[in-house]
Amino acid sequence: MSKETLYWDDIEEASEVTPLPKNASSQLLVKYAGASGDFYQIHYDVEFAKNNNLPGIIIHGALKNAWLGQLMTDWIGETGMLRKLSCQYRAMDVPNEDLVCKGIVTKKYKDGDHHLLDCDIWLENSKGDKTTPGTATVELPIRD
Amino acid sequence: MPEENTIIPESLRNAIGVESDPITYEIEKGHIARFAEAIGDENPLYSDEIKARNSKYGGIIAPPTFYRALRPGSLPETAESPFTRNLDAGSDWEYFEPIRPGDRITVTIKLADVVEREGRLGKMIIITRETRYENQLGQIVATQKTNGISY
Repeated sequence: MSKETLYWDDIEEASEVTPLPKNASSQLLVKYAGASGDFYQIHYDVEFAKNNNLPGIIIHGALKNAWLGQLMTDWIGETGMLRKLSCQYRAMDVPNEDLVCKGIVTKKYKDGDHHLLDCDIWLENSKGDKTTPGTATVELPIRD
Repeated sequence: MPEENTIIPESLRNAIGVESDPITYEIEKGHIARFAEAIGDENPLYSDEIKARNSKYGGIIAPPTFYRALRPGSLPETAESPFTRNLDAGSDWEYFEPIRPGDRITVTIKLADVVEREGRLGKMIIITRETRYENQLGQIVATQKTNGISY
């Protein structure tokens, strides 16, 4: 597609993954509940959330996981392959807050014919806290 | 930690390795598009049939965490936590093949491990479950390891 191919050769350790901003409306959380089948009420029912000692509705951990997946697939484009993706939900995130997915390359290596990168990735809230850290491994094409 | 002090019931410890019955889902194009919309991902590989056909995949594929919508069956009661408060602590995914509309994906979950921790919330147990996703060709397309905190 239109995006320029990202080649393994052109990436170095400490290269930045192109950041991906996100801001979830309450409507998006309802859409995610419907599309994923996760109907736990803490994600769309304010009263229910407050009765569970939460400040209000919170974003699904798995939705944050999905965004970190998009961070990587947007960056590597269609010619790259996402091999591994992991994240830990360390802190809650709430709707209508400016959040950003970020990442940095930690290791560049070959495994047989496969040209791989390991990355540290995370979701950062508006205070700069890494609420959802994780890692990803991607495979990229090489220049001829 | 000495066995007699553990908060992990013996029945739960004995259930490590137990698997759910498999459930098979037929993957629908509309469901993939709806999921992509719900995560705010406008990648045409997930919804634009013409662009996806012209890509190296030759057609629509699903986003990496679409598997969350393919819910596994239940584990036996003995494999469930004895506590009522549960938190999803995160996921580790490994991907092998893309999934496409029309695929039949069989989902199986296994109780992989149970460990005890002392945390901010007091004594808690961490339950690790492994979910395996296999397509109609017998290929494992992805695995997901999830950690649940229970207290």
